[in-house]
Order: sequence, then structure tokens, then C-alpha cells
Amino acid sequence: MRKIEENIFKVLMILSTIIISSTLFMILYTIFSKGLGSLSWEMVSKIPEGGFYIGKGGGILNAIVGSIYITLGSTLLGLLISLPIVIYINVYAKRNATLATITRLSYDILFGIPSIVYGAFGFAIMVYMGLKTSLLAGIITVTLMIIPILVRAIDEVVRVVPEDMSNAVFALGGTRYESAKIILRQSIPGIITAILLSFGRAIGDAACVLFTAGFTDSIPTSLDQPAATLPLSIFFQLSSPIKEVQNRAYAAAVILTIIVLIISIVAKIASENLSKNKI
Amino acid sequence: MKNIRLLKDRFIDKTFLTLTLLSISTVVLIALGLFYKSIPILNSTSLYNLLFSSEWKPFKEAFGFYPFIVGTLWVTAIAIIIALPLSMLTAIYLSEYAHIRVRRLVLPLIELLSGIPPVLYGVWGVLVIVPLIQDHIAPHFVEFTTGYSVLAGGIVLAIMIFPLIISIVIEVFDNVPQDLRNASLSLGATQWQTTKKVVLRKSFDGIVAAVVLAISRAFGETIAVLMVCGNLAQVPHSLFDSAYPLPALIANNYGEMMSIPMYDSALMFAALLLFVIIFLFNALSRIILYRIEKRNN
Repeated sequence: MRKIEENIFKVLMILSTIIISSTLFMILYTIFSKGLGSLSWEMVSKIPEGGFYIGKGGGILNAIVGSIYITLGSTLLGLLISLPIVIYINVYAKRNATLATITRLSYDILFGIPSIVYGAFGFAIMVYMGLKTSLLAGIITVTLMIIPILVRAIDEVVRVVPEDMSNAVFALGGTRYESAKIILRQSIPGIITAILLSFGRAIGDAACVLFTAGFTDSIPTSLDQPAATLPLSIFFQLSSPIKEVQNRAYAAAVILTIIVLIISIVAKIASENLSKNKI
Repeated sequence: MKNIRLLKDRFIDKTFLTLTLLSISTVVLIALGLFYKSIPILNSTSLYNLLFSSEWKPFKEAFGFYPFIVGTLWVTAIAIIIALPLSMLTAIYLSEYAHIRVRRLVLPLIELLSGIPPVLYGVWGVLVIVPLIQDHIAPHFVEFTTGYSVLAGGIVLAIMIFPLIISIVIEVFDNVPQDLRNASLSLGATQWQTTKKVVLRKSFDGIVAAVVLAISRAFGETIAVLMVCGNLAQVPHSLFDSAYPLPALIANNYGEMMSIPMYDSALMFAALLLFVIIFLFNALSRIILYRIEKRNN
């Protein structure tokens, strides 16, 4: 009896593991098989021409560039804010453990807040400040969304840096600021992984930028112009009734998939290879 | 020279402290900002009517969120019902049974799955799940459906929350002391009995936390659900009915919301509702997880 139960569950477990692991391949297979056919050089090298959304020529360079602008801008801004926070809770707030715990807890909670809420909040601020939908508003909103990702991921690596390291700095008469520099240098591989992680999230997010970045057929040349993004470009083209436009949505999905896969895999390799040299 | 270094250190201390405090207060700011924007609708319609009325006529200023709330609950419930058994079994297998090499092979795949953007899940749902329901599943039960249904939303969401549940549950299992397992095994219990009576019981609260996190994740997912649920403002009565979950409602109508009076306030109220529910769920489960981690250190 015990053996039978054991075996039934073992089979069930193996089955679910196979199902779950294969979903990734199912999704990738569907997107690639549907989209590769419509993928062309024109897609990635040109902006939409007149009549693009009724099936005429052009590409989605506007969305690719827009997404890259927003992702780069928000990751940079996010790093500027999250690095000091991580340093503070790990180096300066040593004696004030409550503050560190509250900060970590708040970021865990903020991490769970869906991007549509960030989008709505960003929109509320935008209206309040009298801004239009623009690259800047998009960057600010996406930054809000990725700060929790950055803080949690960087905190995770900074926390495990051995205490001896900073004690050595203090013993040599260094200040906390100087010990923070050493700790950060020690955590560079982890920080790179964190950056790539937030990159992946920022480039794939649609709900945040839907409200704040707007959508346009041209490439933005300044911060106050609206910007198109890849996920939204897929979304809008897919809702078109015209076959060719839909096919281009699938091709755009292939482009986004490739970008995200490259980012995830590089992040994985970076975190494994770079951490080999850590003490 | 020494003074400058000390001054610099103290200056950084204060600046970083301010930055930290400011940035934690985003939680409060989001709540206040959304609340401020939803004051007009809260003044004109009672909270009870907002939550439990089914009348949705923005032009007549009638905003009943009941169909949208029920729609959200349906897709979330379906997602959890599908995802929980599958991801629990997978987590148990990877943590208790599988060879370390299998774990090293499967976990990165699950991690990759969590990195796929929602819009791609949506595309996949439209291409695979919706036709599957329309042509193969639904005809056995109902006469006609487009396939854009709560079931489609639930299936797509289930796949999106697999990685979340699995990664947290495995972490919780790893926190169960190996000695407990050994004690049970040495008393002659089988591995499944040990898992069931020792590991699962010991990690019960962690599993609850994982499920609550998964629920709140499913609750707020927008684009994927928007693409496969059909977006009809009705209360769904079967798995194959269309629904219009709250996040999809917000995302779909942002364009019109400035032109109809009260509409923007109503949508901001919807966002506030999502925020409050998800905030509470997240706070609850994170506190549970913190206590587990603390117990083991």
C-alpha cells in the first residue's frame, strides 16, 4: 500500500515537472514558428511608413529604439537610486536593524505591486504635473517599477559579502564610505546580474508605458516626445483585423523573445562565471 | 585631511538615509496619489455600490465594478487551481526526489519562464489556448464560444505563476532541517511519507505565503489577461464565458478616460482597489516568509 502511494506520487511529480518545463519550449516554439516567416530586415531597420497599420511597408524600428531608450534610461536612473539605498541598509544602518528590515519589507511589497498600478500612479503624477505622455514620463514610471527589483537583487549579493572585509577596512582606519566601496567592488558580478534582470523586466513591460510613454511612429529625439515600445507595438498590431499586420505582430514577438532570451542567458552566465573569482 | 573624510562619511550617511526614507515612502505616495484621484467617485457613489453594483454605464456616470471584480476572481481562482498542484508536485520532486543534476537542468528553465514578458504569454494564449478551447474543449460543454474566456485567462495566468510558486516553495523546503527528514526515514517511513508528514507539515506556512503571493500576482496581471479574456463587461457564469478583469479594464480605457467626466476617477479607484488588496496580500505573505527565515537563523 505504502509502495503504491509512493509510486503514484512519484509518477505524478515527474509528469508535472515535465509539463512545467515543457511550457517554456511550447511558448518559444509557437512564437518562432508563427513569427519567423514574417521577420525581415525591413522590420528591424525601418520605421512605419504611411499605411503601416493597414498592411503597407515599414518596420518597427521606432518601437525597438523606444524600448531601448526607456530601458536604458530607467535602469540608469534606477541604479542611481537603488545603490545608495542598498549601501545605506548594509553599511550605515548596521546599528539600526529595524530600519533595514522595514526597508527590505517595503521593497518586497513594492516588488509585488503590479505594473498597471505603477502605470496608473505614473499617469496620476503626470496629470498632476501637467506633463504629456512622453519618453521622460515613461522612464520615470518604469524606474519606479524596477527599483524594487534592483534593490532586492543587489541587496541579496551585498548581504553575503563577508563581514571581515569591512572589518579590515575599519581596522586600517577607513570610514564606512570607504568600506562601502570595497563591498561594492566585491559585489560587481551580482550587480551586473541585477542590472540585466531589471533590463529584462523593463523591456518586456507594457502596462506601465501604456499610460505614460504614449505611442508614436517616429523615433523620439528628445525627452518630452512620446515613445513607442516593443510590447505595445506587438499588442496594437495584434488587435488589428488585417492578416499582414497580425503577422508582423508575431515577427515583433520573435524580436522581443530573442532580446529577452539573450538578456536572461547572459545574466545567468554572468552570475555563474564572474562569481568564481569571488573570495 | 582626516576631517574631510569624516565629513564626507557623515554627509553620505545623511543623504543616503534621506534617499532611503523617501524611496520607502513610495508605498504611501502611491496609496495617497490613487486615493486623491478617486475622491470624486467616492463622493458621488457609495463604496457599496462601487463594489457590488453591476451597472457599468460610464456615460450615465454609473460605475459598478462587480462584473470586473468577479471576472478577476474567476481568472485568479482558475489559475491557482491549475498551478498549485502542478507546481507543488514539481517543487517536491525537485527538492526531495530529483538528482541534483535534474534540479540544475530544470530550475534554469523555470527561471527563463519567469523572465518572459507578459505580452508574449498573451500572444501564445491567443495562438494556442484560445483556439484549443474554441475547437476542442468547449464544444463538449457549451454550444458556442469564441474561446476568449476566463478559462483561457486562467490557463495563461497559471503558467505565469508556476515559477513564482516553485521558487518560493523550494526555498521553504530547503529551510526544513535535514535532521528531521533523516529521523523520519530512519523510523522506516517511506520518502513520500516523510515528505507528506514532515516536510509539508513543517513548511505549511511557507506554502500559504507562496500561494498568497501567487494570488496577488495573478490578480494584477494585465496585458496577458487583456489579450485572452474577451473583455466583456459581464459576470461570467461558466468557464467558457468572457470576462473583463479589473487590470484589463484600466489598461483598455485609459485613452477615453479624460473625455468622460468621472471616468478617470473611476479607473483610478479600480487601481486603488488593486493596490490595497495586493498590498495586504503581499505584506501578509512577506511577513510569514521573514519569520520562517528568522526561525532558521
